[in-house]
Amino acid sequence: MRPILMKGHERPLTFLRYNRDGDLLFSCAKDHTPTLWFADNGERLGTYRGHNGAVWCCDVSRDSSRLITGSADQTAKLWDVQSGQQLFTFKFGSPARSVDFAVGDHLAVITTDPFMERNSAIHVKRIAEDPEDQVDESVLVLPSAEGRKRINRAVWGPLNQTIVSGGEDAVIRIWDTETGQLLKESDEEVGHKKAITSLSKAADDSHFITGSLDKSAKLWDMRTLTLLKTYTTVVPVNAVTMSPLLNHIVLGGGQDASAVTTTDHRAGKFEAKFYDKILQEEIGGVKGHFGPINALAFNPDGRSFSSGGEDGYVRLHHFDSDYFNIKI
Amino acid sequence: MEVLDIDARAAKLGINWSQVNLDSIQLPPGENFGIESDDEAVYHDDQSEFDTGFGNIIVVDHLPVVPKEKFEKLEGVVKKIYNQLGVIKENGLWMPVNPDTKMTLGYCFIEFNTPQEAQNAKEKSHGYKLDKSHIFAVNMFDDFERLMNVREEWEPPQARPYVPGENLQKWLTDEKARDQLVIRSGPDTEVFWNDARKKSPEPVHKRPYWTESYVQWSPLGTYLVTLHKQGAAVWGGADTFTRLMRYQHSMVKLVDFSPGEKYLVTYHSQEPSNPRDASKVEIKVFDVRTGRMMRDFKGSADEFSIGGPGGVAGASWPVFRWAGGKDDKYFAKLSKNTISVYETETFSLIDKKSMKVDNVVDICWSPTDSILSLFVPEQGGGNQPAKVALVQIPSKVELRQKNLFSVSDCKMYWQSSGEYLAVKVDRYTKTKKSTYSGFELFRIKERDIPIEVLELDNKNDKIIAFAWEPKGHRFAVIHGDQPRPDVSFYSMKTAQNTGRVSKLGTLKAKQANALFWSPTGKYIILAGLKGFNGQLEFFNVDELETMATAEHFMATDIEWDPTGRYVATAVTSVHEMENGFTIWSFNGNLLYRILKDHFFQLAWRPRPPSFLTAEKEEEIAKNLKKYSKKYEAEDQDVSLLLSEQDREKRKALKEEWEKWVAQWKSFHEEEKLARQSLRDGEVSDVEEDEYEAKEVEFEDVIDVTEEIVQESM
Repeated sequence: MRPILMKGHERPLTFLRYNRDGDLLFSCAKDHTPTLWFADNGERLGTYRGHNGAVWCCDVSRDSSRLITGSADQTAKLWDVQSGQQLFTFKFGSPARSVDFAVGDHLAVITTDPFMERNSAIHVKRIAEDPEDQVDESVLVLPSAEGRKRINRAVWGPLNQTIVSGGEDAVIRIWDTETGQLLKESDEEVGHKKAITSLSKAADDSHFITGSLDKSAKLWDMRTLTLLKTYTTVVPVNAVTMSPLLNHIVLGGGQDASAVTTTDHRAGKFEAKFYDKILQEEIGGVKGHFGPINALAFNPDGRSFSSGGEDGYVRLHHFDSDYFNIKI
Repeated sequence: MEVLDIDARAAKLGINWSQVNLDSIQLPPGENFGIESDDEAVYHDDQSEFDTGFGNIIVVDHLPVVPKEKFEKLEGVVKKIYNQLGVIKENGLWMPVNPDTKMTLGYCFIEFNTPQEAQNAKEKSHGYKLDKSHIFAVNMFDDFERLMNVREEWEPPQARPYVPGENLQKWLTDEKARDQLVIRSGPDTEVFWNDARKKSPEPVHKRPYWTESYVQWSPLGTYLVTLHKQGAAVWGGADTFTRLMRYQHSMVKLVDFSPGEKYLVTYHSQEPSNPRDASKVEIKVFDVRTGRMMRDFKGSADEFSIGGPGGVAGASWPVFRWAGGKDDKYFAKLSKNTISVYETETFSLIDKKSMKVDNVVDICWSPTDSILSLFVPEQGGGNQPAKVALVQIPSKVELRQKNLFSVSDCKMYWQSSGEYLAVKVDRYTKTKKSTYSGFELFRIKERDIPIEVLELDNKNDKIIAFAWEPKGHRFAVIHGDQPRPDVSFYSMKTAQNTGRVSKLGTLKAKQANALFWSPTGKYIILAGLKGFNGQLEFFNVDELETMATAEHFMATDIEWDPTGRYVATAVTSVHEMENGFTIWSFNGNLLYRILKDHFFQLAWRPRPPSFLTAEKEEEIAKNLKKYSKKYEAEDQDVSLLLSEQDREKRKALKEEWEKWVAQWKSFHEEEKLARQSLRDGEVSDVEEDEYEAKEVEFEDVIDVTEEIVQESM
C-alpha cells in the first residue's frame, strides 16, 4: 500500500513508539514536541508541549495512560497521554538519552549523557501510581562503565531483573537491578566494532537486536547474552526493529548526510531493509526517505511499521497481503 | 606457537605477560629460537663489506732493496713520486726494514688523506718504472687479504644440481577453466578464482602488505609484480604465489613489462630539491627470468618526455614503448625531436643513433609488427602540414605517410592484430574557433597501405570515445553532445564491400562515455562511468541489439576477463562509499557482488594467446553444441549440489532457531506468575498469542487425467 507520509515535525526524527494496542504512535524529534498519531491513518492527535530541547526517546505505559520522554533539555518528563498534561519532571544535570518502562510500569530506566564533568549514567526511577506522590529520587544509579561515552539505549530484561544497555563503546552490558552489579558484557570478538545506535527487544523479552555504525545488526539472547545472528548491510545502522508476527528484521540507517557527496539520493541508501531473522538474508527494502533513517517501529500486530528519518518525516507503511506470503 | 600456548607457558614461568614490553627484548645475535623469519631477505642478505678504515693506504712493491745508508734517499724518491698524486699523511710513509740485515724489504706502505687519493695514486703509479729492473706493483691495502687468499690452483666451480622449475602456467590447467583475478583492498592483496558457477570467488592467496603501491600482472599472466621500497618482485608458480625473482631498484614507482614478458622496466623519479630543476629519473631494464639488469638509463625528466610545461610530474609512462609481438626485440623512447629505438640483443640504439624527427609528439607501435606510427603536428603557423607516418623498424624506412592540414590534434589507435590503424584527426574549422573530427584509416596489411578518410554523418559531432573490436574489423565510436551522445558502429569490410569502411548502425542518445569490447569481439559494453553513475549496456554488435541494461552505481572501472566470458565492474576508493566489485556474465547477468571498503584495484590475470589455429577455433564455434554438452552437465551438477547444500543449511538454521524459541517459551511460561505479580495481578499475557503466523499447506486437486503414451519403436 502507499505509505502515509506524516509531516508534523520540523526537525529530524529521533524515536518512534507504538502503544500496546497498536492504535497509537508516538514520535520524538529534534524539535521539542513529541507528537501522537493515529497508527492506522496517520492523523495527528496532539502534541506534548513542555520540553526545551531535542526529545531523544519515549515510552508509553501498558495501559496507554502515561508517556515518559527523555530530552536534551536535561529532563525526563511524565505526561498524561490523553490530556497532554505534564505530570512530573525528572531533572538531571545532563541530557536524557533513553527511557523505558519496566514490566508493571512502576519503574523506569533513564540513561543520561556525559555532560560537563558528569559521566554517562543509568538511573532507575520509581513511578508512583498517583502523580502527586511522585519523587525525583533515583532508586538506583548504575555507574557507567562507558565513562565519557554515551549510552544510547537501556531497556529492562525479563522480570525487571536486569537492564540491558548499549552505547558508543560498542559493548552490550547486562546489569543486575537488585544489586546494581554488572553481570555480563558482550564478547569483544563477536560483538559490534563501532557505536551501538539502537536496541530493540522482542515482545516476550527473550531476545533483542542491536544496530551499530559498523554496518551490522546483531541478535542476542537476552538472558545469556549469546550472539544468535548477525545481519550485515552496506550503510551504518541507526535503527532496528523486529516483526512481532513474522521472522523478519528491519534495519534502517544511511550514510551520514555529511558523507554523501553526490547529488543522487541513491548514494546514501536511505532504505529500510528487511532481513529474514533466521536465515540472515536480505529479503527486501522500502525506499522513500531522503535522509538517513533514525527511527523504526513495528506495530504490535505486525501488519504495519513506521520509519522516521533525518528528513523530518514519518512514513507509515501498511503491508500488502503479498508481504505475508513471502517465501524464500 | 599458538597464543594459548604462550599464555600457558608464561603462567608456568610466573611471568605476567601483560607487563612484558616485547619491544625491549633483544635476542642474542644469530639466534632465532627456531622461528623462521618469513622474509627470506634476512637469510640471503649479502654480507655488506665492512669498512676496515684502511681504505686510504696503498702498498707499493718492487722497490729497490737498499741498505741503511741509502734508506733516506729512497724514501725521498718515493715521497716525491707520491706527493704528486696526493697528499701523504704526516708519517704516512712506512718502509719496513729487516731487523737483522738493516736492509729494506723492497716494499712500503703509504697512507693518504683520503681513499680517493689512494685509489688515484694506485691507478696512476701501478707499473711505474723507477728503473729497468724496478717496476712498481701497487695495490690497495684492503685488497691484500683478498689477493693473499687466491688459491694456487684453479678449481672448477661446482655445478649446481638442476632443480626443475615450477610450472608457471599451472593456473591455465584449472579443471573448471576458471580465470583468476587480483584485488587490493585496505592492506590486503588477494588473488581469487572467479567461480561463476558457485557465484562466489574462491580464494587462492591472500597477503597483507604484499605490495607498497600497486600490483600488476605480466602481459601473458605468468607473473604478478609487486612494488617495494627496495625494488620490484615477481610472484607466481604452480600452487601458491611464491617469489620468483627480485629486481633491485630502490623507491621504484612504476613498472612495465615487455609484451613477451622477457623484460621488466622499472622507473623511479626523484623530486628535485630546487623546484625549477627537472626531476631526476632512473629507469632500469631487467631480464625477468634471470633478474639481471640489462641496461639502466639515468637523467633528468626532460630527457624522457617531450618536454613542455605539462611534464612537471615526470615522464609519461611507459617511457619505453615496446614493439608488438612476442619477440620483445625493440623498444622506443620519445624525446624532444628524436625517437630512440633500442634493440634488445645488445641493448643499444639501432645503428647506434636515434632518429631525428623534428617536433614529433607521439609515437605508437603496431601491436604485432615492428612498425612505428608517429605524429608530427603542424609547424610554421601552418606552412608545414602535420604528418602521420609509418616507419618500419629496424630499417627505418618510411612505409607510408600522410600530410594533414589545419590539424589541432591527432590520436592514433591500432587494431589489436595490427591490421588497421585509425587516426582521429581534430581539425580547425575555417574560423579556427572550433574543431571538428574525422578519421584516417590505414589498412596496414594491404598493398601500398591504402588510406581512407572517414567523416561522421554529422561533421560537428565531438568524439567522446573510440575503440577497435579486438581481433576484428569493426570499431565503435561515441560521438555527439553530452549528456546523451550517439554510438555508431563501423566495419572495415562487409560482405559486399571489402575495400571500404561502412557504417553498421547508430544508437541514438545513449548514456555512455566509455566503450569496452569483449576481448573476443562481438560484444561490447557501453558504459556511462563517473558522471553517468555507472550505467551499463551490454550490446551484441553482430545482431546490433541490446542484450541487457544494468547499473553498477558509481562504477569507476570495467574490466573483461581474458576469455570474454565475464566482466568485472568496480567502484574503487576514488569514492568513499560502495567500494567493491561486481561480476557479470558477458550478456549482462549479475552473478555476484563483493563489497570491500578501501577498494583500490582489480585486475584479471591475462592468458597467453590460444594455441588453437583459426580453423580449429572456427570448427569449435560451428559445433559448439557438441562441445558444450559436457560443460552444461557439469553446470547442472554444481547447481544441484549448491541448492542441496543451501536447503540443508537453511533447514539446520531453522531447527536451531526453533530450539531456541522452545527454550524461551518455557522460560516465559515459568515466569508467568512472576510477571503477573509485577503487573499487580493483571493476567493478560495474551499479547504473544494474539497473533501468530502459521504455515498452512493447502492442496487442491484440480483435475486428474490419465493418458496412455504409446512407445514408438
